Amino acid sequence: MGMTITEKILAAHSDLETIEPDEIIECDVDIVLGNDITAPIAINEFEKLGVNEVFDREKIVLIPDHFTPNKDIKSAEQVKQLREFARKHNIKHFYDTGRVGIEHAFLPEQGIVTGGDCIIGADSHTCTYGALGAFATGVGSTDMAGAMTTGETWFKVPHSIKFIYYGKLNRWVFGKDLILYTIGRIGVEGARYKAMEFTGEVISSLPMEQRLTMCNMAIEAGGKSGIVAPDKITEDYLKDRSIRKPVFYQSDEDAEYIEEIEIDCETIEPQVAFPHLPENTKNVSEVSDVKIDQVVIGSCTNGWLGDLRIAAEILKGRRISPNVRCIVIPSTPEIYKQALKEGLIDIFVNADAVFSTPTCGPCLGGHMGILAEGERAVATTNRNFVGRMGHPKSEVYLASPAVAAASAIAGGIASPEEI
Amino acid sequence: MVLRGKCWKFGDNIDTDVIIPARYLNTTNPNELASHLMEDADKEFVNKASAGDILIGGNNFGCGSSREHAPISIKGFGISCVIAKSFARIFFRNAINIGFPIIESPEVVEETDEGDELEVITKEGIIKNITKGLEYNIKAFPPFLQEIINNGGLMNWIAEVKLK
Repeated sequence: MGMTITEKILAAHSDLETIEPDEIIECDVDIVLGNDITAPIAINEFEKLGVNEVFDREKIVLIPDHFTPNKDIKSAEQVKQLREFARKHNIKHFYDTGRVGIEHAFLPEQGIVTGGDCIIGADSHTCTYGALGAFATGVGSTDMAGAMTTGETWFKVPHSIKFIYYGKLNRWVFGKDLILYTIGRIGVEGARYKAMEFTGEVISSLPMEQRLTMCNMAIEAGGKSGIVAPDKITEDYLKDRSIRKPVFYQSDEDAEYIEEIEIDCETIEPQVAFPHLPENTKNVSEVSDVKIDQVVIGSCTNGWLGDLRIAAEILKGRRISPNVRCIVIPSTPEIYKQALKEGLIDIFVNADAVFSTPTCGPCLGGHMGILAEGERAVATTNRNFVGRMGHPKSEVYLASPAVAAASAIAGGIASPEEI
Repeated sequence: MVLRGKCWKFGDNIDTDVIIPARYLNTTNPNELASHLMEDADKEFVNKASAGDILIGGNNFGCGSSREHAPISIKGFGISCVIAKSFARIFFRNAINIGFPIIESPEVVEETDEGDELEVITKEGIIKNITKGLEYNIKAFPPFLQEIINNGGLMNWIAEVKLK
């Protein structure tokens, strides 16, 4: 019987020729990732074990991106712990403020993760890297500590769901809308424990940044991973970037899927996910009279250069509604520099937005744009849970950078068509 | 191990932001984390619940962020176990890895009301609803996971099995 791309990557990292869904296997990992929230616990667990060395100093990645530049003494202490651990163990991939980006944008951009990899990260959005044709999944801190010690971890081999996107994308519809629509259709546990394999003619022509956006939100459907089989777009993206040689796998034609879901993209318009679950999606044309107080354009989901370009295209020569604060956050220093070069920052600040340095900040209610009681935000982030961006009685509406920018101008949820 | 406590019932999709909001993640101290347990779902929870009590959840308990602070804050408070219809996968792994008991049982969740007193006999895989006089058999974990649980979590298992 054939195997899916996910099964092939997992088998290649275990000592098994073939594997089947639900089987528990042990795998070697290529990259183990942690951030300033999750790595401190992992470091504590690692040190309690009393081993002297990490399994491979080049395969551990420590990214202080959540509460950075540090918002308070406690978060500064957490990053200090990462910094000291990185120095002690001569960790190759530790990046500090000024050089660091949001982990799930920074790692692909810098070529630290690549096609065919098996990656675990102590951050749920680690699934982002599936867009490169890798198996990547989020775990907790103790899993990170274990893998830092042994270079291995265990997995229950996931069943795969095949999503087939066909038709032509409507104007102002992006990867973000496709994944929000998909989560709306299958629900927040529709892919629980499963690998979401994104296929079809629409995916074949979707730019890498938008593939990354889609895989990023696999976890919001409960998925263990999201994946796009590598093609010319993948090869072009990884060329001159990947610091290790990628391996390209494809699903066999007779691979078994637990479910196949066909999605006609011509029926999809820009999506908005209402509080307090990403599955509460609506077509933007059905949304009326939702006044907002804040817009956030950024995060590991939508802080890519392409996202900033779309937002700038809409904001150019316009002013943000006087009732709205608009915060734009590039995901990495490279994206920041490119935005500067292209004049995007000028457009944002002239439209009365603030332009921040890379940080996860407001997405998780950390800092840099917290909501007060009763306030509403449109955000290009990935979660709209209760209290996610601040006060438990605040509200987050998830959308694409295009809808977010249009809403910032309109002062309420709006379609780019209206602007 | 026999766990006995009063039940606190929550619904479907209890996410880790609700279990422990991100604004408190600038610490890893279990007691400090525990003082904010379930704060955004019920601000009074920490004042009402007691050590030994049991959390009951619906489907997809622990969805969202990978923060291990979620099971750490539950364990740190002294909650004896979580019983849910289903668990989100990262929360599931995290609980096993830190040696915190979790039980998947839609039947028990359906038939338990808030305030019921439950007794969980982990070794025999039995749950008793003392208040209602009901008894359930629970499914054992796969042997590999049971081995991690028996060792008291992932790091102990690594120390005992991998590094020896």
